[in-house]
Amino acid sequence: MKSANRETYNAIIKQKSLYLICFAIAVFLAFLTDIAVGSSSLSVYDVFSTIISPHLNNPNTNIIVWDFRLPKALMAIIVGASLAVAGAEVQTILDNPLASPYTLGISAAAGFGAALAVVFGLGTIPFAGSILVSINAFIFSFISFSIICLIAKIKNASKEIMILTGVSLLFLFQALISLLEYLATDEQLQKIVFWLFGSFENSSWSTVLICFVIFIVIVPLLAIDSWKLTALKLGDEKAKSLGINVEKLRLKVIICVTILTASAVCFVGTIGFVGLVPPHIARILTGEDQRYFIPLSALLGSLFLSLASIGGKIVCHKGVFPIGIATSMIGVPFFLSLIIMKRSESF
Amino acid sequence: MKLEINNFSFSYNSSLIFNEMNFKIESKITALIGPNAAGKSTLLKCIAGVLDPKGTIIFDGKNVKSFEKKDLIRLRSYLPQESKITGSLTVFEILLLGMANSLFWKVNEADLEAVSNVLKYLGIEDLALRSINELSGGQKQMVFIAQSLIRDPKLLLMDEPTNGLDLKYQLELFELIQKITLEKGMTTIIALHDLNLAARFADNIVVMSKGEIYASGSPSSVLTQKTIESVYGINARISIDEDGVPWIKPINSIKNKGSVAKNLF
Repeated sequence: MKSANRETYNAIIKQKSLYLICFAIAVFLAFLTDIAVGSSSLSVYDVFSTIISPHLNNPNTNIIVWDFRLPKALMAIIVGASLAVAGAEVQTILDNPLASPYTLGISAAAGFGAALAVVFGLGTIPFAGSILVSINAFIFSFISFSIICLIAKIKNASKEIMILTGVSLLFLFQALISLLEYLATDEQLQKIVFWLFGSFENSSWSTVLICFVIFIVIVPLLAIDSWKLTALKLGDEKAKSLGINVEKLRLKVIICVTILTASAVCFVGTIGFVGLVPPHIARILTGEDQRYFIPLSALLGSLFLSLASIGGKIVCHKGVFPIGIATSMIGVPFFLSLIIMKRSESF
Repeated sequence: MKLEINNFSFSYNSSLIFNEMNFKIESKITALIGPNAAGKSTLLKCIAGVLDPKGTIIFDGKNVKSFEKKDLIRLRSYLPQESKITGSLTVFEILLLGMANSLFWKVNEADLEAVSNVLKYLGIEDLALRSINELSGGQKQMVFIAQSLIRDPKLLLMDEPTNGLDLKYQLELFELIQKITLEKGMTTIIALHDLNLAARFADNIVVMSKGEIYASGSPSSVLTQKTIESVYGINARISIDEDGVPWIKPINSIKNKGSVAKNLF
C-alpha cells in the first residue's frame, strides 16, 4: 500500500511521465516518417517492416532505407537530442532563458574551424583528409570552451562572466567566418555557406555511431546531478549552502555541453534554434525538475529536427534543403508565439 | 547550541569586510543589526559556508573543519536575503530541494516523509501541489522557511526574512521563528534592519558597524541612544514598553555624521 506522501509525490510526477511517453511515441512516428519521405516515396509500414526484418523486403527498399535514409534520420534524432540537452543545460547553469550553445560561441567556433578547413585546408590535425572539416569544427569548439573556462576560472565561474565571454567569442568567430567567406573562392564559399546552414547529407553509420556513443556517455553524467542542477534554480548562494559545489558543477556541465554540441555540429553543421526552443517547451511542460526536463528536452529536440528534416524534404522534393533553414523557419514563429503567449515563468 | 567565531577575516577582492572578528552566541534567537554595508549579510554567508573566510567557526566546541560534509550540511541552514525561484516548481519539489545534495534519482520514502512532516508542522500541507509562482510573498517565505527546516538543522541563519512582507506577515513570521526555535531547540541568527522587531523577538542582539562588532547583549542593554547615534548616525527616542522591551523611535539624522546621506548622494 502506498503512503500518502508517495501519493502526493506521484501526483506531481505522473503528468511529467505521461509527457515523456507521449513525446517518445511522437519521436518514433516522426522518425519513421522521416525515413519514408523522400524522392522515392515509401509507406511508413514499408519502412517499419524493412527495419524490423530487412531480409524479407525488396532489396531496393532495403538499400534506400538502410544505406541512405536510416543514418540521416537517426542523425536527426541524435543531433536534435544532443543540441536540445546542451541548450537546456546551458540555460540551467547560466539561469538565462536566451542561452544556448550559440550564446557561448561554441557553434560559431565550430563554424570557423570548418570554414578554415574549407578555405585553407588548414587543420589542427595533419593529414586528416576528408574529415578535416569535422575535426577542425570539433577542436575549435573546444578552443572556444577553453577560453570560457579560463576566464570563468579567473572570475569564479560566475554566470555573467560566462555569458559575456561567450557572446564576445560568438562575435569574434562570426567576424572570422565572414573574413574567410570574403577570402574564399566561389566554390569554397558555397561549401562554407552549405556547412553553416547544416545538413544531414554527409551522415553515415560511423557518424551516427560517434554521436550516439557521445550522447549516451554524456547525458547520464548530467542526469546524475539532476537534483543539484535543479537546486541551481534556488540561486547560487542557497545552492552552496546546501553543500553543492556550484563552480565545479557549472564547469562540469560546460564540458559536457561542449562535447555534445561539438560532436553534433561537427558532422551536420550549425543548426539553429534546436538548443533554444525545445528546452523552453520542455520547461513549460515539466517545470524545472531536471529528471524530466533533460529527457523531455532531448525528445523535443529529436522531434523538432525530425520534423524539420521531413519539412525540408517536402519543400525541396528532389534536392537537398539545408536543415538549418528549416529549423529557423519553424523555430522563429514558434518561439515568437511562445514569447507572446508568455505561458512560462522563465520568460 | 554554542557558536564561536574566532579571528574571522574576510575580503571581497581587495576590500576588507571584517578583520579578526571574535564573538560567541549561546542564546536562542540572535538579531544581527547594523547599517548598510556593516557586514551582516557577509557574516551570515561565512557562517553558512557560502563564503570561505579566514578564521575558525566552532559549533559546540567542535571546529567546523572537523565535521563531515554531510553532517555540516545538516547542522546549519541558510535563508538568503532574496529567496527566489527562477522557473516553475511545486512547493513539494522545493522542499525536496532542501536535501538536493543527498537525493537519489528515485526519491526514497524517508525523504518524502521529511517533506510531509515539515509541511504538516508549519500547517501548509494544502500548498504542497501548488506552484511557487502562484503564492503570495508571505506564503513563499513560509515555503522557504519550510525548506530550511527540512534537515532539522541546529543552526538557522536568516538574512532579512521580512523583506517585502506586510506588517501582519512580519509579525506572524517572527512568531513562527520564535516557536520553531524553541520547539526544535535551535539557535537562530537573523540579520535585520527593523530594530523594533529585533528588540521584541531576539534574546540577544549583535550590533555590527563597519565590519566590527560594536556591541552585543540583551536588547535593553544594547539598544541605547548612544549605540543608535554612533552606529546609525541618527537621533532616536528610546522607551521601554510594559513588557520591558525597548521601543526605538527615529527622530532625525545627524547631519554632520550623515554617513547615510553621504552614501546616498
